[in-house]
Amino acid sequence: MILVFVVHAVVALVCLIGGERLGRRVLLVGAIAPASIAFAFWQLATSDADALTATVSWLPALGLELDFRFDGFSVLMAGLIGVVGVLVFLYSWSYFAERTGLARFAAILVVFAGSMFGIVTADNLLLLVVFWELTSITSYLLIGFQDDSAIARASALQALLVTTIGGLAMLAGVVLLGSAAGTYSLSGVLAAPPSGTASGVGLALVLVGAVTKSAQVPFHFWLPGAMAAPTPVSTYLHSATMVKAGIYVVARFAPVFAVLVAWWRPTIVLMGLATMLLGGWRALAQSDLKLLLAHGTVSQLGFMMVLVGWGTPEMTYAGMAMLVAHGLFKGALFMIAGAVEHHAHTRDLRRLSGVARELPWALWMSVVAVAAMAGVPPFLGYATKEFALGGLVADTPWQVTATVVVGSMLTVAYGLRFLWGTFATKPGVAPVPEQHGHRSTVGLLIPVAVLTVGSVIGGVVVGLPDALVAAAARSVDALSSGFQLALWHGFGPPVVLSVVALLGGWLLWKWPLPVLRRFTSRTPEATRVYGDSLIGLNRAADRVVSTMQSGSLPVYLSVIVTVAVVAPGVLMVRHWRSLPEIAFAESPLQMVAVLVVVAAAVAVTLVRRRLAAVLCLGAIGYGVAVLFIIQGAPDLALTQLLVETLALAFFVMVLSRLPLRFEVFPDAGGQAIRVVVASVVGLATMAFALWAASERTAPSLAAEFIARAEPEGGGRNVVNVILTDFRALDTLGEITVLVVAALGALALIRAPMPTEDPDPSEVGT
Amino acid sequence: MIAVLVVAIGVLYGCGVYLILQRNLTRIIIGLAVIAHGANLLLLVAGGRAGAPPIAGTDAAAFADPLPQALALTAIVITFGVTAYLLAIAYRSWLLTSSDIVEDDIEDRRIAAHLNSPPGEGGERR
Repeated sequence: MILVFVVHAVVALVCLIGGERLGRRVLLVGAIAPASIAFAFWQLATSDADALTATVSWLPALGLELDFRFDGFSVLMAGLIGVVGVLVFLYSWSYFAERTGLARFAAILVVFAGSMFGIVTADNLLLLVVFWELTSITSYLLIGFQDDSAIARASALQALLVTTIGGLAMLAGVVLLGSAAGTYSLSGVLAAPPSGTASGVGLALVLVGAVTKSAQVPFHFWLPGAMAAPTPVSTYLHSATMVKAGIYVVARFAPVFAVLVAWWRPTIVLMGLATMLLGGWRALAQSDLKLLLAHGTVSQLGFMMVLVGWGTPEMTYAGMAMLVAHGLFKGALFMIAGAVEHHAHTRDLRRLSGVARELPWALWMSVVAVAAMAGVPPFLGYATKEFALGGLVADTPWQVTATVVVGSMLTVAYGLRFLWGTFATKPGVAPVPEQHGHRSTVGLLIPVAVLTVGSVIGGVVVGLPDALVAAAARSVDALSSGFQLALWHGFGPPVVLSVVALLGGWLLWKWPLPVLRRFTSRTPEATRVYGDSLIGLNRAADRVVSTMQSGSLPVYLSVIVTVAVVAPGVLMVRHWRSLPEIAFAESPLQMVAVLVVVAAAVAVTLVRRRLAAVLCLGAIGYGVAVLFIIQGAPDLALTQLLVETLALAFFVMVLSRLPLRFEVFPDAGGQAIRVVVASVVGLATMAFALWAASERTAPSLAAEFIARAEPEGGGRNVVNVILTDFRALDTLGEITVLVVAALGALALIRAPMPTEDPDPSEVGT
Repeated sequence: MIAVLVVAIGVLYGCGVYLILQRNLTRIIIGLAVIAHGANLLLLVAGGRAGAPPIAGTDAAAFADPLPQALALTAIVITFGVTAYLLAIAYRSWLLTSSDIVEDDIEDRRIAAHLNSPPGEGGERR
């Protein structure tokens, strides 16, 4: 199983590196990757177990292992990924003309296939999220493949935003769920489901991820938007695989949580039904073939969500069957839409006419696919839909069944609209011109034929898909054995409902379309909400930036200083201990020195002459040096005296070039704020000084340093020994800082004036 | 704990902050130096009461804590380097602009002004 990932990685690299040399053939190389999934099947088939497991140690200390599990459900999903994947690569080979960027396209598609395989085999929830987000990113790159088109870029961004926001919610949910369950193993969580508020919230967040990915209302709009992608991408990602990731997750969780969690069923069923109806409704109003199919996919995803989300064995079984059937017929329909566009250079069904004559094979395959979608015997779609209706009648309230039947009518109607729109010869529309010197569309139709034949065989020899579905359902819900798909379940409610759906759908289609379109155009668009919220986000960001970044240095510093006071201040107040004993002063000299320092500090803020300010600064420095001596730090005092003298000299040197007095900057109102901020900082620092002295809990390291200074450092001055021996590296760093500062200062002073090539805009501002 | 030292620290910090909130580059540099003095004192005071200079061979029990002294020593020297560098910047800025006033950042001003642009533009910007 691990080998499959390795193959995907290698193939992706090969495509990327050798791609431009291979030209269009790179797409055939890419097909190796999804084909390699067969290796996992072979591995499972030759072992006796129900499921393969594999673990790769990653971060064992954090409990992060790459756990994989390949069970019946994984087989079903991986089958779709592998089979449709290979077909899509073959299809792309005919679809794309020789052009640059194909290597990138193939590589991304391979990475996508690998990530998708990862989703359906990951047994670690965190790992699942990693693959999940990988599919979002690759999908973004694929939708935006035609990166010279602004629409493609915007659609890609929209899909990325919606699905990654869901993915992030899912990550949070997975963490909550995992910590509540005590394990991040998917099978572990399902075996011992956690309860409580945290896990409930976690579950809801995971569902948010699932519904965004599977394009459920109200997140459905990204899927039709994603139709800006090349048709192979639409086929693969947006009908057969990625959009089913959400269904996959819900199907895994439903048998356990649908019973345990009260809100599960109402939420999922309402959402799924709404999605089914809205998708079908919108599909009816589309005149672009791909958009029509995309809305249809949304509708079908809603249907599948209802089936797998309900959580009873029979419904789970039906959902699994629908996954297979939908992959077959919807994949075929997308490919046909691409082939027709390839032939006629338009996807607009108002402009297509007479295509049936040109592409008879496409017509017949479309008829099969649409019939399978609508639930007409003897195709696989019919067998699954009959089974699903049986499950709905048996397990759910009648309202749910009724809604699904209405949804099925819509499915039939847009299916007919697709058929008629693509192939019919319309009066008043010029037939598409015959194409000459054009690459044949036969290559495009061969993969379609494979999928169509699958729909037919799956329906006639219904035992084949049934074995797959049975294994899948069993691995999700052990109780779901004993069901069987059949072409004829006997005369009962499902048959009646099927007939109702077919007839109703036909009537809906016959309904005068302009009336319909007027209705559909009135329903509010989620895309607009998305656009508005994006604009709103930008506005909010502007507002925040312009508030936070006024551009004024005093404002920035005030904010920084205030935070520096408030954050430790809160801690100080909360952990306040009784004050240590306070002495007024240790010696009269200390009092005198402090007086000098305080007076000089106050004076430096008041004086307007530069030189006076510098002298006050010097007074502070010398006063502090005296305080150092009293404190028992002669080295400090010595250094301070030297440094202060040097600094004074520098100040005088520099300031003698500047005007005598400080320039006055006119800003009213700022003065009061400055005084307040400065006073608060001063008081807080005083409190901190008191607090720091009373908070000491560990004994000073002084004794250690003193004891070691002479024997290890060979010096009697402990401070010097600390600097030159114990913290020698630190001192080296300090010297480096001084050198860099000196060089910098020298460069700044010595730099020539920019007199040559005078540019007033640079010099004068 | 010595009350006058605490007062000195507070005053140094307060005055220093007042100075760095000014618009004159030289006053800001002086403010930083004042704060640095306060910080060095704070380090020393946090280390404990005064004592004899930490010279081995004398009475160890009466020593002042040598560790904060070593830290403060580093701080003094670094502050000196930084101050010298800042002074060079002030000098250069004066040479180039004949002013040591710190102006508002023009780029930030532009972002703030963007808000007042006509509605609809906000969404298109990427």
